[in-house]
Amino acid sequence: MVDLAVSGPIARPSQWRAGFARGGPRLWIGVGLVGFFVLIALLAPLLAPHDPIEQDLLSAQLPPAWMQGGEVTFPLGTDSLGRCVLSRLMYAARTAIAVALIAASLAAIIGIAFGLIAGMFGGWIDQVVSRLIDVWMAFPPVLLSIVLAAVIGAGLTSVIAAIVVVDWTRFARVVRAETMVQLQRDYASAARALGLSRGQILRLEILPNLVPLIVTLFAVEMGIAILVEVILSFVGISVAGDVATWGGMIVEGRQVIYQAPWIMAFPIGCVILSVIGFNLLGDGLRAALDPVQRR
Amino acid sequence: MTAVLAVQDLHVAIGPRGKAANVLRGASLEVQAGEVRGLVGESGAGKSMLGRAVLGLLPANAVVQSGTIQFEGRDLLAMPEPERRSLLGRRIALIPQDPMTSLNPVKRVGAQISIMLRHHLALSKREALERATELLTEVAIREPRRVLDLYPHEISGGMRQRVLIAMAFACDPSLVIADEPTTALDVTVQRQVLQLVERLRQRHGAAILFVTHDLGVVAKICRTMTVLHAGRVLEDGETADVLVKPRHPYTRALLAATPRADRPAEALRPVPPALIESLWSEAHRLDRLAVAGPA
Amino acid sequence: MSEILLRTGQLTFAYPERASSLFGRPAMREVVKRVDLAIPRGSVLGLVGESGSGKTTLGRLLVRLLQPTSGGIQFDGIEIGNLSEEKLRPLRARIQMIFQDPQSSLNPRLRLGVTLTRPLQVYGRLKGRQDRRDRAAALLDLVGLPKGFVDRYPHELSGGQRQRAGIARALALEPDFIVADEIVSGLDVSTQAHILLLLRELRARLGLTMVFISHDLSVVRVLCDDVAILQHGELVEYGPVARIFNSPQHPYTRQLLSAIPLPDVEPGWLDDASPIVPSHQQGSAA
Repeated sequence: MVDLAVSGPIARPSQWRAGFARGGPRLWIGVGLVGFFVLIALLAPLLAPHDPIEQDLLSAQLPPAWMQGGEVTFPLGTDSLGRCVLSRLMYAARTAIAVALIAASLAAIIGIAFGLIAGMFGGWIDQVVSRLIDVWMAFPPVLLSIVLAAVIGAGLTSVIAAIVVVDWTRFARVVRAETMVQLQRDYASAARALGLSRGQILRLEILPNLVPLIVTLFAVEMGIAILVEVILSFVGISVAGDVATWGGMIVEGRQVIYQAPWIMAFPIGCVILSVIGFNLLGDGLRAALDPVQRR
Repeated sequence: MTAVLAVQDLHVAIGPRGKAANVLRGASLEVQAGEVRGLVGESGAGKSMLGRAVLGLLPANAVVQSGTIQFEGRDLLAMPEPERRSLLGRRIALIPQDPMTSLNPVKRVGAQISIMLRHHLALSKREALERATELLTEVAIREPRRVLDLYPHEISGGMRQRVLIAMAFACDPSLVIADEPTTALDVTVQRQVLQLVERLRQRHGAAILFVTHDLGVVAKICRTMTVLHAGRVLEDGETADVLVKPRHPYTRALLAATPRADRPAEALRPVPPALIESLWSEAHRLDRLAVAGPA
Repeated sequence: MSEILLRTGQLTFAYPERASSLFGRPAMREVVKRVDLAIPRGSVLGLVGESGSGKTTLGRLLVRLLQPTSGGIQFDGIEIGNLSEEKLRPLRARIQMIFQDPQSSLNPRLRLGVTLTRPLQVYGRLKGRQDRRDRAAALLDLVGLPKGFVDRYPHELSGGQRQRAGIARALALEPDFIVADEIVSGLDVSTQAHILLLLRELRARLGLTMVFISHDLSVVRVLCDDVAILQHGELVEYGPVARIFNSPQHPYTRQLLSAIPLPDVEPGWLDDASPIVPSHQQGSAA
């Protein structure tokens, strides 16, 4: 039988290749940038020319190697305490990626759980969750993090906690709304008419449709986590001074911005590039993961 | 009699460069002054595309590859853009398919009609209001003054379609393109709307190109008809002749496949898949010839 | 043959009108009003009405996607109108629905093989992966689709093919009763006729009892034994197909029949009988 239009089998290239093609250059650039930072973070101990906390006060504030007065042993120069900027950037990437990954995962798990429950059950459960989210979002996020860090005390754990506490709402809101949209579709009605329980409908029918959305949110959230870490470092409630972070480096560089601008410039560059990378990755993945080509 | 509209050997392709798919494959038709011509076809036949090509409203990724569209003896495709635009709404008007989305939801009905009247006919605000009231009376809307003050969502679908019909005929166009104007309506409303279109046509003396998939509608309102499939004209003639003695097997098959309320079920004959397949393979053969031919 | 499979008594559905009054109980808006139907086993009932007639709501009541406000639904002697979801579950396998828009009724992210055998999986009637493929292929075959479609996604199918897939899913559990909601209205004439004939054939082969919801009387005539005409939620006429089409009693039925444009040239059709009725304004000044 032939129903017009599609006659004969469709040539279907491999799923992955087709997906990447849909993602376009955004996806490639995103994968490249994120991959670059992840690689640096993983290999920092092997790649870094110096120990990131090794001080050499005699060669403090050296400019990058290509500028006048630079030294080849410190390719990107040194900071006020004579520590190698390149090495510190690399180790800071470790911290940044780790914080982003852990914080985004926890925020996602909590947010998705709340979002699914609210979206699926509706009624008073939804009312409670939605109001909770509303109230939560009325707090200025940075302030909330600062208060939180002040309570738990500085350190990586409190940075992660601050991000999770502030950002789970991001997942919860979107997942709740999308769950409701999907439940309105007839395939959800069809599943109900087949006698599937709510849990089954959620797990077998709705969740596969939420995957692209969640993956995208997750990538974007990792970029946001990096920014939040920088902000918290900037106000001085991040990790202890001896652990290298991009935020911490920016703070240190700010004090000598006129004498040695590169100390601040390099970490800023890393932050910008990684956040752009995560955003492009999220954007590209959204297109790549959607098998339904929407016109 | 002179042709108001003459489309000659029109080829249109749509899609990205290099992968463009043909949607019109040398379609030709004429609409004489004051004539109602039905343009019939199923989805994918290119009937709406032809209407849009006349209006110059093809989608951004569509290209007219060859052919001419003459309106009152002048080639629309060769005409400078501003001149062509000045014809739209004034000399060539459109009755759109979807009465829901074709009116601006945040503007009152009256404002939308008078903007158009003032633009094309250079009327004053007062004159435009007068004229708008007349127009609504003409399409059998009671209390036209009140309706002018309403927003589109405050009136029924049938009434919205009347408003759009009134707007189409407002500037006494010589050609109206009706793009499936009754498809979204209930049968009883459809009949009233068709009656209206016919009455306004007689009063304003316009020719109509009536795009539809419904042979019943064609039978009732069109004096002549053109059957389109895969962007090609398969049959063309007086409606009375075509419906009684269809020459092309496709037209015959369509008629046999149309369920009729006045005949028992046994009369229904589905369109043979082999016929559709052979029509498509013929169309694709022509595509290959065109590619291989002049290059 | 005259055994009644599904019967409704004074079936009513109403929902609270939004923001009708700030305090106190909101006014209820009845969309299905005291409908009595009796559908014999093995027969097809056409449910016809225009937009706002409540036909889709009625259909969803019959498969208990909605719960009636009052009145009852008896399925095979069991009152299902107010059964809880829990108690309803074993009966769900026997009552199925085919949806209007196959684009939305097939999960876009699942291959057809998964969608079609989901019902079997849920009721534990699958024996492993190979059995799943075989059963899916058999279902595809039943509705005239190539077996290779098990690995396809819905967006890779044409409208008619998707609707066939929707029918296949509804048939997977071998139900006794199917509600088909406007399932041919979005399709081209050539595809539509194929789907109608497929349903007719399946009905004869599987002894299905069906409710076929449509706005189009001509389509109903092809498939149905009985016709019920709905207007504003009320049943205005109900009887055998031949009687309704040959001697319609209710003025609304007559109006519906005469409004259908038959593909015959008929000069007087546009200016005859029912002159342009000034339509009522709707939804304004609420």
